[in-house]
Amino acid sequence: MSHKLVDCRGLACPHPVINTKKALEEASIETITTIVDNDVARQNVTLFAKNAGHQVSEEQKDGFYHLTITRNDASPAAQTSACAAESSAVTAASAGGSVYFITSNELGQGSPDLGEVLIKSLFTTLTAMTSPPVALLFLNTGVYLTCEGSPVQEQLEKLHAAGAAVLTCGTCLEYYHLKDKLLLGNISNMLEINNWLSGPYKVITIA
Amino acid sequence: MVDDPYLFGQIAAANALSDVYAMGGQPLLALNIVCFPDCLPTAILGEILKGGADKVVEAGCIIAGGHSIRDDEPKYGLAVAGLVPPGRIISNAAARPGDRLVLTKPLGTGIINTAIKADLLSTQAVERAVKCMSTLNKKASAAMQHLGASACTDITGFGLLGHAAEMAEASQVSLEICFSAIPLLPEVLEMARMGLIPAGAYNNKEHLGDKVTFDNSLRLEEQMILYDPQTSGGLLIVIAEANADRLVVNLGDQGVPSAVIGRVLPDQKELIEVIK
Repeated sequence: MSHKLVDCRGLACPHPVINTKKALEEASIETITTIVDNDVARQNVTLFAKNAGHQVSEEQKDGFYHLTITRNDASPAAQTSACAAESSAVTAASAGGSVYFITSNELGQGSPDLGEVLIKSLFTTLTAMTSPPVALLFLNTGVYLTCEGSPVQEQLEKLHAAGAAVLTCGTCLEYYHLKDKLLLGNISNMLEINNWLSGPYKVITIA
Repeated sequence: MVDDPYLFGQIAAANALSDVYAMGGQPLLALNIVCFPDCLPTAILGEILKGGADKVVEAGCIIAGGHSIRDDEPKYGLAVAGLVPPGRIISNAAARPGDRLVLTKPLGTGIINTAIKADLLSTQAVERAVKCMSTLNKKASAAMQHLGASACTDITGFGLLGHAAEMAEASQVSLEICFSAIPLLPEVLEMARMGLIPAGAYNNKEHLGDKVTFDNSLRLEEQMILYDPQTSGGLLIVIAEANADRLVVNLGDQGVPSAVIGRVLPDQKELIEVIK
């Protein structure tokens, strides 16, 4: 049974929670003792651990709080699913959402005119869906869709307003000299884009 | 709170102007108060002041001067004077039993700021919270004046419950607040579940003590959101029942999110009762 000590004395919120969370991410760890020196950290670490499905016991020694956290069962994976089941509506909705990875300003290969008609039709369809995509990621010529002159500006604004993250590749904007033409959303990088692609979402690629 | 000095300036100014809006006034002139260290480039100070000045202009107000001090950490705030005819002052002491409570701006900026420090939020989520904090309560104030609010207060450091309690005590009434009706920033519940709750929220909870009672089914993190200190929060508007829904619609038409979150009750044992 592996045990870890997380000494958070002298640390203010949110660091005790973050250090405890990091320690729990190590699969081999079964129990953790987090030591904190203030009541806010005691309450926050306890809240975090209990809501993540673990057991917490508390002891006061020499003016410090020793919080011993025991994994609820042996398998961290089982906890994740148990935790997800009772998780908030926000998390449940986003985990079930889809991410659109858009690498072209035309849909499909063939006539460019037809490609533009189809991409417009796709975005109009997306705005009519009951739950919008979680994120729209634009790369390569796809970035023309988030910049001035976009054929889908109106639809994109609707999706953005409905809560879809709109991320446009910064390298691509630079390559096509569009950096000051971006209409909405954020300029992004490959790290963030990859985080979306490798996250819990269904990824739909438009090329 | 935010790293961008221009946004920091905007948020500080929106926060300072809010008091005048809560009283139904028009901001007239503002004085800058700024602390700044020698070791940072003055261009940063320029950006902070520009952010503040832009918000002051948006409010139809002017910056009449100010005061600057060398200090270890950058600090910025404004003293704002506004104008309101005496008969039209909206105070926090005139809530009447039967009135409804309307809240503008979603709650949770304190928790979101804690989550930002923990580096747990997407740029999208940070952007959303910043936009919320930098939005003036100007349109909200105009809309409530138009429909005749009974009372109003702005939600800042003492959290929704702290400011609501202040209003209830001043008006000698009790309040019933419905948790599920309260608009929250999207990531707030998730971050609160993770224990990313600022010390200020616990202080507010302790300060209010047993003045607030909660429905048994409300979880600790849900309760804590209502104590979360807000930076440049929205207005808590008290308005006659007949006009409450209209106020929400009018606000929505102007792009100001709001919701009816509760009602005013005659003075009773509990100052505030939070139901599910």
